[in-house]
Amino acid sequence: MTHPFLFLKWLTEQFHLNLGEHVTYTWLVMAILIGVAFVVSRSISLVPKGLQNLMETVVSGVANLLEETMGEEGKPFFPLIATFALFILVCNLIALIPGFMPPTANLNTNAALALMVFAMTHIVGVKKHGVAYLKHFMGPIWWLAPLIFIIEIIGHLARPLSLTLRLFGNMWGHEIVLMIFIALVPLVVPVPMMLMGVLVAFIQTFVFTLLAMIYIAGALEEAH
Amino acid sequence: MEFFAWCMVAAGIGMGLGSFGTGIGQGLAIKSAVEGVARNPGASGKILTTMMIGLAMIESLAIYVFVVAMIILFANPFTEEVVKLLAK
Repeated sequence: MTHPFLFLKWLTEQFHLNLGEHVTYTWLVMAILIGVAFVVSRSISLVPKGLQNLMETVVSGVANLLEETMGEEGKPFFPLIATFALFILVCNLIALIPGFMPPTANLNTNAALALMVFAMTHIVGVKKHGVAYLKHFMGPIWWLAPLIFIIEIIGHLARPLSLTLRLFGNMWGHEIVLMIFIALVPLVVPVPMMLMGVLVAFIQTFVFTLLAMIYIAGALEEAH
Repeated sequence: MEFFAWCMVAAGIGMGLGSFGTGIGQGLAIKSAVEGVARNPGASGKILTTMMIGLAMIESLAIYVFVVAMIILFANPFTEEVVKLLAK
């Protein structure tokens, strides 16, 4: 239910390789990001121009968001969060070019990202608080702890699920709606939907990075 | 064949109900956010961020329904058994 012709899928079929198209397109996105980062970092000048200007705006925007949401404590997580933001944004926006498929319209890519957030949350929590991290799951009243513990565990397990399904549902749903519109009226009519796709791409990137930040900040703060 | 007809009906009605509730919920959230910004325009940045998180949380309900509807339509786990039964 994506674009009828995916050029990387066609390319892998020529070489008789059985790679999923989400894998090949993830590699493409990685190559784009690494290439842009390489080109920009080779020719850094004090007065930025062109591509460097754009990248500086993007990176400082993410840094500001991190500062607002997590405060000073969030500084060490900047590489992780910025990588999420750039990767998901490029993945989502690539869907607007014919012949490309967004890797985020596949459950596996999103599950990998969400599990990374899940693991990071708990690793950071244990590192910061040690055994006292268990207090996060116990709630304020000691005799309610067994009940709260189970509820908290379910809540924590639901986080990666909802992160995965939100991104997947939005991107894939948009692809399906676009395909149905193109099947009904191939000209002009799908354009507003594609415009909404740009909006969805940006909002979902924002939401994913924001939720990742909030989860990590929640593990960092003291239990009450 | 009736099985597949009912699958269509279930997916359609489920999506309708899901988006109905989600629409009301998001409308309430945005109403409060707009009121907040109208009273205190200085806090618009914070309100926008909080509203976005809230909207994403509410929206995920509709997304769950959408995923279930898509599973019913395109990846129904009972399709093979029903087709086998129909062939008998």
